[in-house]
Amino acid sequence: MTEISIEALSPNREQPVPGEPENWPRFFSFSTDHKVIGIQYIVVAFVFFLIGGFLAMIIRGELITPEADLVDRTVYNALFTMHGTIMLFMWTFPVLNGLANYLVPLQIGARDMAFPRLNAVAFWMVPVFGVILMASFLVPGGPSQSGWWAYPPVSLQNPTGNLINGQFLWILAVALSGISSIMGAVNIVTTIIRMRAPGMTFFKMPVFCWAVMAAQTIQLFGLPALTAGAVMLLFDLSVGTSFFDPATGGDPVLYQHFFWFYSHPAVYVIILPVFGVFSELFPVYARKPLFGYKFVAVSSFVITGLSAIVWVHHMFASGTPGWMRMLFMASTMLISVPTGVKIFAWVATIWGGKIKLGTPMLFALGGLVNFLFAGITGIMLAAVPFDIHVNNTYFVVGHFHYVIYGAAVMGIYAAIYHWFPKMTGRMYYEGLGKLHFVLTFVGVNLNFLPMHPAGLMGMPRRVASYDPEFAYWNVLASLGGFLLGVSTLPFLLNMISSWILGEKAPANPWRAIGLEWLVSSPPPHENFAVIPTVVSEPYGYGKNEPLIASPMASTELTSELS
Amino acid sequence: MSSVNLDQSLNSTATVHAADHHDEGEHRLFGFIVFLLSESVIFLSFFVGYIVYKTSATDWLPAGVEGLEVREPFINTIVLVSSSFVIYIAERYLHKENLWGFRAFWLLTMAMGSFFLYGQAVEWMGLDFSFTDGLFGGTFYLLTGFHGLHVLTGVLLQGVMLGRSFIPGNYDDGEVGVAATSLFWHFVDVIWIILFILIYVWQ
Repeated sequence: MTEISIEALSPNREQPVPGEPENWPRFFSFSTDHKVIGIQYIVVAFVFFLIGGFLAMIIRGELITPEADLVDRTVYNALFTMHGTIMLFMWTFPVLNGLANYLVPLQIGARDMAFPRLNAVAFWMVPVFGVILMASFLVPGGPSQSGWWAYPPVSLQNPTGNLINGQFLWILAVALSGISSIMGAVNIVTTIIRMRAPGMTFFKMPVFCWAVMAAQTIQLFGLPALTAGAVMLLFDLSVGTSFFDPATGGDPVLYQHFFWFYSHPAVYVIILPVFGVFSELFPVYARKPLFGYKFVAVSSFVITGLSAIVWVHHMFASGTPGWMRMLFMASTMLISVPTGVKIFAWVATIWGGKIKLGTPMLFALGGLVNFLFAGITGIMLAAVPFDIHVNNTYFVVGHFHYVIYGAAVMGIYAAIYHWFPKMTGRMYYEGLGKLHFVLTFVGVNLNFLPMHPAGLMGMPRRVASYDPEFAYWNVLASLGGFLLGVSTLPFLLNMISSWILGEKAPANPWRAIGLEWLVSSPPPHENFAVIPTVVSEPYGYGKNEPLIASPMASTELTSELS
Repeated sequence: MSSVNLDQSLNSTATVHAADHHDEGEHRLFGFIVFLLSESVIFLSFFVGYIVYKTSATDWLPAGVEGLEVREPFINTIVLVSSSFVIYIAERYLHKENLWGFRAFWLLTMAMGSFFLYGQAVEWMGLDFSFTDGLFGGTFYLLTGFHGLHVLTGVLLQGVMLGRSFIPGNYDDGEVGVAATSLFWHFVDVIWIILFILIYVWQ
């Protein structure tokens, strides 16, 4: 017995893990392993990211000249509608669900999610509604042209008169996406609240889990409002009820309330887990504990709370009464307090640290810089007079692309690089990673910064042709857009070749502190042979304290025996 | 020293695995409560929509419609609300391990739920306005229909739980499915009370 333990304690021992990356067909199966499902989510979402990005490049190709010359105007409408819908419902939500699926059980010391089968069902709905949405390219009349908001009465026009039209399929896909998200949210929230390892109190839990829980809480209590609105819209469109159609006495503004009551908080569903990623990465690569850990953790829930009372800022120009504008302007500006807490905490974490600028850290820093810029334009947009001035212009488009691409997508890239060795058991190529970072960071700023001056000059969004005075900024933006398209190539090359040929990764290549780094790369089935007992706060960098009790009882030790 | 640690860790493995099985049922109930909270927001949204429409619509009732008859729906309401007490009695019987008492009162709950659905169907048949008749028709059928769908789901779930009670030894340690179904039934009841007040009382 003694011999076994000595052998087990020697570092970097080759451990044969049954059915790891070589066993690729499991990624096409109805697996209930949270790690397989996590990777399934991430890969499927990335495929949709490429499709949505391809549509965006056609849009930028159209906008490189002031005339509508590349595609038909109705096709252009369909392109921006599908671009927005795919990027939100088929890329950012699923990819972040994938990260949460993969990381949450590992970070809280659980063997799997609370409901593994529900988890698999929720994932397999993603390709299903993805195909339904894509199928709208094939129906007569093409996809929905009403934008990703699907505001009535535009969304109720149904020019072909068919029951199965682009808008119908759009609503169906969004409704299925909602069901899948609710399943995921129930699962993740139950897992975090009920399955934490012994000793892991909420204030010993990594910030990523805090942020994911805050984000999924929004899904639980915001998404049903959109579902309700979507059900009513579906009846209006297909049965002929009069909920939202002003021609028959309906109230189109009520739809806007339903839509934004969820869809503004949906932005926090996207950005909160990315905040969590930042909070995980900065301490690792600056070798310092996270500054103000408890404040950063709690601020996620402050954002969740505030997110329920800000939605009308999307409707300042929708005939909203003055008192309501004032209230929602104030509540919207309040959001900057908890986000400001986070930004200061991250800067203080990096400050004076031993910074190691690997690819994950570069992406995290780039994402932080872009998020700060997006936050500043966000505060500008919260101010009613300014918002009315730039309402429905490219200023708004520039702002939210800085949030979604500049901060969220770059944060997602950072997370993928950071946990790639854990997920695949291989190291990625640092050089390709840095090239990817440079292309992405330059691309984001070249694409989205010029949208701000174009918007301030008055260029409206969602148009295929525009006044030639905006041409200069649009050419720049289009070049940036194509650069972003190119930037995915080194990423794809890096991920695929590293997964197959990359150097074998040790359990903890970044010398990071966290339960997920205590298990092998990739982690064994059911993660922990022995559930660890957590004794200290996360991010104990530079402190001489163990994360878990009795490190002798390491997982490798008993996985050999059980 | 290492062998001591080894024994400890093996022991803890065993206890953790046992705890896993014990917790599973509680996880399910917890997850179900989370789901119900989320589901209630859909109803809340429909209620808010109803209130907004009712207070702001210029032509609320469709032409020729006077309002809703309250008597039969009120009888229906009493049946549905009392079934919440009946299902509670059924649960108590299961708790006392009296399976036949459980089945009897469980079946009575199902009968009361079915009576409610039948009463609602009869009411729908007799109405002289349809789903597409303005905001009143739309919201009326949307709310009662969506709620009726939940009642139907509840009755079907109760049927499944009743069937499972005949598997020998299945309900020896209590049954999470029964607790969840019963919770769902109370939820459907509470929603109906709000709905009844909004649609029938506040005319």
